Amino acid sequence: MTEQFLTALLLGAVVAGVPLLLAGLGEQISEKAGVLNIGIEGMMLCGAYGGFVAAYYTESYWLGFLAGGLSGMAVALLMAILCVYLAMNQIVIGIGLTLGAEGLTALLHHFQFSRTYPRLGETPTLPIPILSELPVVGRVLFDHHPVVYLTVILMFALIWVFKRTSVGLNLQAAGDKPAALDAAGVSVRLTRACAVLTTGFLAGIGGAYMANVGAGIFVPFMIHGGGFIAIVLAMLARGKPIWVGFGALLFGLSLALTTALQVAGLNIPTDVVQMLPFGMVIVVLIIFARHSYLPPSLGLPYLRGQR
Amino acid sequence: MTSQAEPAPTPVNAPLPVARGRQMASAAGRLLLPILLALIVGAMILLILGKDPLAYYGYVVERGLFRWTGLQATLTRAAPLLLIAAGLIIAFKAGIWNLGVDGQFLLGAVLIAAVSPMLIATLPYWIAILACFAIAFAVGMVWSVVPAFLKAVYGVNEIITTLMMSFLGVSLANVLIKIPFNDPSTTVPQTVTLPVEDRLPRLFDTTVHSGIIIALIVIVLVHLMMTRTSLGLKLQVVGSNPRAAVHAGLDVVKLTFVTFALSAGLAGLAGSVEILGVWGNVRADWNPAYGMLVIPIVFLARFNGLAVIGLILFFAVLMIGGESAARRVGVPQFYVLVLVALLLIFMALVELLGQRWRQRTKA
Repeated sequence: MTEQFLTALLLGAVVAGVPLLLAGLGEQISEKAGVLNIGIEGMMLCGAYGGFVAAYYTESYWLGFLAGGLSGMAVALLMAILCVYLAMNQIVIGIGLTLGAEGLTALLHHFQFSRTYPRLGETPTLPIPILSELPVVGRVLFDHHPVVYLTVILMFALIWVFKRTSVGLNLQAAGDKPAALDAAGVSVRLTRACAVLTTGFLAGIGGAYMANVGAGIFVPFMIHGGGFIAIVLAMLARGKPIWVGFGALLFGLSLALTTALQVAGLNIPTDVVQMLPFGMVIVVLIIFARHSYLPPSLGLPYLRGQR
Repeated sequence: MTSQAEPAPTPVNAPLPVARGRQMASAAGRLLLPILLALIVGAMILLILGKDPLAYYGYVVERGLFRWTGLQATLTRAAPLLLIAAGLIIAFKAGIWNLGVDGQFLLGAVLIAAVSPMLIATLPYWIAILACFAIAFAVGMVWSVVPAFLKAVYGVNEIITTLMMSFLGVSLANVLIKIPFNDPSTTVPQTVTLPVEDRLPRLFDTTVHSGIIIALIVIVLVHLMMTRTSLGLKLQVVGSNPRAAVHAGLDVVKLTFVTFALSAGLAGLAGSVEILGVWGNVRADWNPAYGMLVIPIVFLARFNGLAVIGLILFFAVLMIGGESAARRVGVPQFYVLVLVALLLIFMALVELLGQRWRQRTKA
């Protein structure tokens, strides 16, 4: 294993892990508030498309990320209306929105670019002085687009928000005991809707990162299960953002391994390597089955006076 | 409102004295109005994209329904969808979210593609076919054992486990096609092709295979099972209130396993029907993702087996017509996915308005 290979592998892990981290943190927020967001895959996909188109035409990565976040949020708005305010089934709507996002983005891409797949240029990065000069670690950790650093900061900020702020408490209550939150005079629906919208924004940025930085290109259906992995990350993290971070890194690593082994010319079908992350989740679930935790009211709409 | 499975806004107890005719009319309205609205908004999207919606819809209906070859293709496509839907009805009514249908379907398909040429060559035809069905059913069941076990024993959320098993299954299916079951005589990775004369018998002089008959029988049986038998009742009790089910002395662990087995088994069976009836082999990276599409359809039909038949046929027309429209009219078939999402959205809105209206008329 050469230094070059190691650097490429770890760098790939970070690039593949960041969108999962963003989406996973988002999913964690809405799961805490009691909304199981199965539509996150669709939100990421819309974010990827919106982000790519904006970055392509404005040639600004920042506008790309903003547009990506807003596109994800638009899907989240539908989810908030349907699941939080109209109390529709969260799982079915989530799947429906994912299907719709897949169809709509593929359709728009078709009408806009026909069969061509334009590329974005080299991603601008913000190398952190001195640290980025370190061998291996420098390039892997300290030479990225600023959004990556912001994501890590967000992760630590969320630890604080969840533990120390009233916003965190409200979120927790909306998932654990919505009736109590309601009795305390805080709107459960508004809390949940805000949580879902935040989720959509973060997932959208994650999708935009995947398209603009990870691939430099938009391809229909490109999220390829990343949203579902984010759901798993959020569930396994048991409410702790730092665990989403570890999980995202681990998944990123196994995704990067897929590409790295291909490049190294090893004769393993990529499908075998692609099974790694999902197999890992199943093994983890079997081992830690007893400890899996979900908010008691997850997946249930809150209707005042019932239950 | 204690269970995930319960479709939240459905009015649970319709007032008794309402005439049956009016009830059915309102049910039909609740189904048809969302379809109509989705088609209209879909048409607007097409207009924005610069396509003539009337020409598109006309073409889809003509190709999928009114042309003889199209109608045959529609019925053929409906067979696996109906079998998947039958499995999902059982699972959803029992409060179990089997979201792993695609993996179960694909593994059933691949295994059958691998063994059916051998079985049909050695055994009498009908015994071989029945053996194929049994194997496919078993493959689906096996692929649901882990989620079933984790759900039944530890209460682990099956949404995650079935999804993960589905991704695993799709990849495993590809590995199987590329290595052990690969047909060395072709350049593309695919399984050995079942000769056309060995596939499921055609109905009369059409290209429709007998799988559609099997599918229709299965879905009617499932409907009867869920509405008329004690097993169906037990499953519904578990689905609507697991705690009450435990109190009533039902063996929830066993019922959970039964639900997973039936649901996943039918998905596997759907895979075998698609292979034995239509394709004769499986190519690498083939994943039609029928399961994800059928989930919203089953929900739209409100888990009613008979309503599902109509909706599945409607979607089969859309899919088949959409596929040929993609070539001719230039609207990619992804459009059908957009329609599904629109349908769900309008179903929610219609439901809400209906509720409001009922409240107002009552008050």
